[in-house]
Amino acid sequence: MSFPILTAIMLAPVVGLLLILVIPEREQLTIKITAAAATSVSLVLAILAYVLYNKGQGGLQFLQDIPWVPAFGINYSVGVDGMSLPLVLLTAIVIFTGVFASWDMTKRVKEFFIFLLMLVTGVFGVFISRDLFFFYLFFEVAVIPMYLLIGIWGSTRKEYAAMKLTLYLLVGSAFALIGIIATFLYAAQHLGQATFDIQTLATVKYDLGFQKMAFFLMLIGFGVLVPIWPLHLWSPDGHVAAPTAVSMLHAGVLMKLGAYGLIRAGVFLFPEGARYWAPLIAVLCIVNVVYGAMIAMVQKDLKFVIGYSSVSHMGYVLLGIAALNTLSLNGAVAQMFAHGIMTALFFALVGNVYHKAHTREIARFGGLAHQMPRVAAGFLIGGLASLGLPGLNNYVAEFLIFMGSFTRDQALLGGLLSFRILSILAISGIVITATYILRVVKNTFFGPRKPEWDHLEDAHGVEMVPVVVLIATLLLFGLLPSLQIDVINSGITPIVAKIEAAKAIGGIF
Amino acid sequence: MIKYAWLIPVFPALAFPLIVFVTRKVRLLSALVAIAAIGASFVMATGVLGEVLLTGVTMDKPVEYATTWLGIPGLLKIEAGVLVDPLTAVMLLVVTLVALLVEIYSVGYMHGDPGFATFFGYLSLFSASMLGLVVANNYFMIFFFWELVGLCSYLLIGFYYHKSSAARAGLKAFVTNRVADFGFMLGFFFLFAAFGTFNFRELAAAIPSYQNTAFLTLAAVLVFIGPIGKSAQFPLHVWLPDAMEGPTPVSALIHAATMVAAGVYLLARAFVLFASLPGVMLVIAYVGGFTALFAATIAVTQRDIKRILAYSTVSQLGYMVMAMGVGSMTAGMFHLMTHAFFKALLFLGAGSVIHALEEQDIFRMGGLYKDMKVTASTFIIAALSLAGLPPLAGFWSKDEILAAAFGNGFTGLYILGTLVAFLTAFYMFRLIFVAFFGDRRAGLHAHESPLTMTGPLLVLAALSVVAGFVGAPFVSHGFSTFVYYGEPHHVAPNYGVMFLSVAVALAGIGLAWLLYGRPSDVPEKLAQRYRSIYTLLVNKYYIDEFYQWLFRRVALGLAEAFNWNDRHVVDGVFDGVGDVTRISGQKLRLLQTGNLQTYALVIFTAVVILALWMAAPVLGGVVQ
Amino acid sequence: MITLNHYLALGGLLFCIGLFGALAKKNAIGVLMGIELMLNAVNINLVAFNHYLEPARVVGQVFAIFVIVVAAAEVAVGLALVLNIYRRRLDSNVDDLNWLRW
Repeated sequence: MSFPILTAIMLAPVVGLLLILVIPEREQLTIKITAAAATSVSLVLAILAYVLYNKGQGGLQFLQDIPWVPAFGINYSVGVDGMSLPLVLLTAIVIFTGVFASWDMTKRVKEFFIFLLMLVTGVFGVFISRDLFFFYLFFEVAVIPMYLLIGIWGSTRKEYAAMKLTLYLLVGSAFALIGIIATFLYAAQHLGQATFDIQTLATVKYDLGFQKMAFFLMLIGFGVLVPIWPLHLWSPDGHVAAPTAVSMLHAGVLMKLGAYGLIRAGVFLFPEGARYWAPLIAVLCIVNVVYGAMIAMVQKDLKFVIGYSSVSHMGYVLLGIAALNTLSLNGAVAQMFAHGIMTALFFALVGNVYHKAHTREIARFGGLAHQMPRVAAGFLIGGLASLGLPGLNNYVAEFLIFMGSFTRDQALLGGLLSFRILSILAISGIVITATYILRVVKNTFFGPRKPEWDHLEDAHGVEMVPVVVLIATLLLFGLLPSLQIDVINSGITPIVAKIEAAKAIGGIF
Repeated sequence: MIKYAWLIPVFPALAFPLIVFVTRKVRLLSALVAIAAIGASFVMATGVLGEVLLTGVTMDKPVEYATTWLGIPGLLKIEAGVLVDPLTAVMLLVVTLVALLVEIYSVGYMHGDPGFATFFGYLSLFSASMLGLVVANNYFMIFFFWELVGLCSYLLIGFYYHKSSAARAGLKAFVTNRVADFGFMLGFFFLFAAFGTFNFRELAAAIPSYQNTAFLTLAAVLVFIGPIGKSAQFPLHVWLPDAMEGPTPVSALIHAATMVAAGVYLLARAFVLFASLPGVMLVIAYVGGFTALFAATIAVTQRDIKRILAYSTVSQLGYMVMAMGVGSMTAGMFHLMTHAFFKALLFLGAGSVIHALEEQDIFRMGGLYKDMKVTASTFIIAALSLAGLPPLAGFWSKDEILAAAFGNGFTGLYILGTLVAFLTAFYMFRLIFVAFFGDRRAGLHAHESPLTMTGPLLVLAALSVVAGFVGAPFVSHGFSTFVYYGEPHHVAPNYGVMFLSVAVALAGIGLAWLLYGRPSDVPEKLAQRYRSIYTLLVNKYYIDEFYQWLFRRVALGLAEAFNWNDRHVVDGVFDGVGDVTRISGQKLRLLQTGNLQTYALVIFTAVVILALWMAAPVLGGVVQ
Repeated sequence: MITLNHYLALGGLLFCIGLFGALAKKNAIGVLMGIELMLNAVNINLVAFNHYLEPARVVGQVFAIFVIVVAAAEVAVGLALVLNIYRRRLDSNVDDLNWLRW
C-alpha cells in the first residue's frame, strides 16, 4: 500500500500535540518550534499532494480505508478530489502561518498550541473524510477547542463570543446531524446495506420530498457555518474575540467547512433539493454581500471590519452555490480558498498591530504607514485582494462566480425577478467593498504621522512569515489561475453532472 | 517585431518588482532601471509601428496571437493575447514615448524625495498596465489591465500618503472608477452571455448580425460606463481634478498617456459595438459634448494651475468622446495622440513652475517668463496647440473633430464644440497672461529647472508642433487612412470649419489679453456682477458636494441603519432565544432543594405509583 | 409452618423500616444504615424466592451474595464520604448538606 499521505497530513499536528504535551511549560520557544515543525510537515505534504494529484483523471485520489464499525457501515475512509484538495492546502497554509502569527503569545503557551493543533486536526479530518460519519465527527472535534481558544485567549467580550459561537455551531450541526441520519436511514433502506460513504449515498435516488427536507436541514446546518444571513452573527463577534491565529483559522478555514459541507453533503447528494432551495440561497446571499459590506463600512474596530467583510465575501460563495453551474461552483470553491488566504492575511496583520498598539479602534490610528510600512503594504495588498483586483486570487474566483451566476438566466417570482438581476445586485458589492476597504486603509495607515504611535515597531523576523507566504499564495494563484481552476474543475464536474441529471423543478419562488 | 509585441508591457512590469525588492536602496539605479525598461518598450513600440507601416498591417488585417490563460473546457476560454493593428501601434508609441519622457523628467522633479525609488517602481507598473491594456485582444484582458491602471493611479495620486488630502484623492479616484468598472464589467458580461466570447475580433465578426438590439444596446451602454469613469466624463469626472494631489509627473502621465486615454482607447477598440447602435452613439456624442462644455466653463474660474489644466483635460476628453460619438473614430484617436503630447507638456511645464516656486495659485505667480524661459516658451507652445492655432498639432486634430461633427450632421454639437474651442483659448491664455507675464510677485524666486526636466519639455514641444501633420487633410496617406473604422478614408479639408475655429481661438486669446493681459479690475467686476454664476463655477457646480452628501448622508446613513438592525434586531432575536432558555432555567432550578432525602422520597413515591399502575390489570379492580 | 408469605412479609417490613430510616433520619450514618436494611430486605426476598420456587438452583443466593458485596463497597464509599464531610464541616446532619442545590 502506498504512503497514506492524507492521514499523515492530519496526524502531523497530532504528533506535534503529543510532543508538546511532554515539553515543560516554561520551554516556550521549544513549544512554538515544535508546533511550527508539525504544521510545516502538514504543509509540505499538502503541497506534495496538490502537485501529485492527477488532474486529468480527476475524482477521489489518495484513498485509504479502515473499517471502524462495519455493522453500521462506518469506515475511516479518506480521499480528496478537486474540491477538497485546495481546501486541504488552504488549511495547511493557514495553520502554518497562524503558528508564526502567534509567535509572540506568552499566556499558557503550551495549552494554546495543544488546542490549536487539535482544532486543525479536526479541520483536516473534515476535508479528507469520504465517510459522512467521520465528516461529522471531525467537525465536532474542531468546534470544542475553538470554544476554549476563544474563551481563554480571546479579547473583547470573549466569554460571550465563545459561548455564542459554540451554541450557533452546535445548533447548526444538530440540524446537519438530523439530515445525515435521515440520509443514512433512507439510503440503508434503499441499498439494503448500511453505509456512510458519500459516493455510495450519492448513487441513491432520493425522492423529491425527501430531497427538499434533507437539503433544507443541510442548508441550516452548514449555512450557519458559512455564515448565511441571518445566522451570521456568531462570526463577527467570534472573529473579534478570538486570538490572532484562531481568527485566521476561524475565518480562513472554519467558514469554508460550511460551504464545503453544503456542496458535498447538500448539493452533491440532493441536487433536486438544491435546485428547489437555490432561489432562497440567492436572495439571502445578496443580503450577505450588500448588507454585510454596508455594515463593514461603519465599523469602528478593525477586526469588526474584517469580520463583516467575511460575511460579505462568503456571500459570493453562496451565490456561486446558488447558481449551480460549472463556472459558479468553480468560482465558489476558488473563492473559499482565496478568501481564506486573504482573511488570514488581514487577521495576521491586525493581530500584529493590536499586539503592539493594544487597540484596534480605527479612529485612534492614522498615518501608521510611517511607523509600519510593511504592515501597511501587506494590509493594502490584502485590501486589494478583497476588493477583487486582477492579479490576485480573489479576482479569478469572484469573476468565475459572477460569470456563472450571470449566465444563469432564470426567472423567479413569476418573472418579477430574475437570477440575473440578483447577480447584478451581488456584483454591485465590489463597489461597496472597494469603498470600505480603502477607507479603512486610508484612515488607519495614511495621513499625517502621529507621534503617539512612534514606539510601534514594524513587522520583522518571523512576523513576516505569514505576510510573505500568504501574499505569495494570492499572487501565485492570481497570476496563474489555471493551477487552481484545473484542479477544482475536476472535482466540480461530477457534481455538475448530477445537477444536470436532476430533473428540472421550480424553485421555491 | 510584432511577434515580440507582448514584451512591450513585460519590460516595465519586470522593472516594478526589481525596483521594489532589489534596487530600492540605490536611488539612481532604480530610476535607471525604470527608464531603461520603458526605453526598451519605446524602442520595441517604434519597431512595431514601423513593421505595421511596412508590412501592410491594417485595421482589417491585424496580427493576433494568444495563449489560453484560464480555460474551462466547453464553457470558458480566457486568453492572454496580443492584437496588433495600427490603432495599437499608435497607442503603443504614444504611451511609451510620453511615459519615457515623464520618467526622465521625474529624475529631476522627484530629486530628494524619500520615496524616489518607490515612485519609479509605481511609474513602471503604471506604464506596464497601460501597455498591457493597449495590446489586449479581449475584453477580459483589457479589464484586467484596466483595473491595474486604476490601482496605479490610486497609488500614485496618494503617493504623498502623509497628506490627508492626497490619501482622500486616491481613494476618490479609485472608488469613482470602481463605479464605472462595475458598469463596464456588466457590459462585457452581457456580451459574453450573448456571444460566448471575450475576443474582440470574434465579437466584431458576430455583432453586426446579432438580432436582439435591446440586449446589445444595454450591453453597449454598460460598456460605455467604463470610459465615463476612466476618461472622466460627466458625471464621473470628479476624480480627475483631485488627481493632481499626486506628484506632477504623475498628473502628466495620468492626463496624457496612461489613465484617461484608456477610456477613449476602449471606445475605439470596441467601436464596432457602438457603431451598430445609433442610439448609443448619440448618447456618447452628447455625453462627450456636454462634458467638453461643462468642464471648460469650470476651468475659466479656477485659480490653481494644475486644476485649470485638469478641467482642460476633462474638456478635451469630452471632445474625444464626442468625436467617437459622431462616428469618427479617427478624429478621436488623432486628438488623443496630439493631446497626449501637449497636455503632458503642459503638466510637466506646470511641474517645472511648481518645482521652482512651490506655489500653485496662478494669481500668486507672475512674470515667470523672465526667469524660466524654456519652461515658459514650451508652455506657451503647448497652450497654443491646445487652443488650436495652426499649424500646431492641436489645430489639426480639433479641426478634424469639428469637421466630423459638422460633416455627419451634428450641427448642435459642432456649435458647442466651437464654443468650447473659444473657452479653451480663453482659459489657457488667462493662465499664461497671469502666471507668465506681468510683474513678478513678491517673495517668489523662480529659477529654471535642471536639464533632466527641460529636456523632456523641449522634446514634447517639438511634438506638439509637428505631430499634427500626420493627420492634416493636406497629407495624402495620413492618419485617417491608417487608423479608421470601416473603410479607410481621406478627410477633405473643410475651410469654413477651419477658419471659424481659428477665429474663435484668436478671439479667446484676445479676450484673455483684454481681461488679464494688463492690470485691470474688469474680471473682478464681472465676478461681482454675475455673482451667482461665478460662485457656481468656482464651486464646480457643487457636484462634489452632492456626492459628498450622497455618501455621507445616504450611504453611511443606510449603513448605520443596517448596523443597528444587525446589532439589535437580528442579534436581539437570537440572544432572545438564549435569554428565554436561561431565564426559564433560572426559574425551574428553584425546584431543587439539594436534600437527597427529599429526592429519594420523590423517587420512591414515583416508583410506587408506577408499580401500582403497571400492576393494575393483575390486581384486578383493586385500584380501579 | 412457615410459608413464603411469611418471609415476604418480613422482607417488606424490613424494607419499610429501612426506607423510613433512609428518608427520615437526620444523621448521615443513620441514612446509610437505613439503606443497608433495605438491601437486606431484598436479600431475604431473593433467598426466600429461591428456596421456595427453584430449590434446585441457587440463583437467588448468588444474587444475594452479589448484593452483599455491592453493599459492602457502597458502605465503604459512603462512610468515607461521611467521614470526609464530617472532618470538613464537623457535622453529619444531612439537612445541612445541600450542596447539590443549583
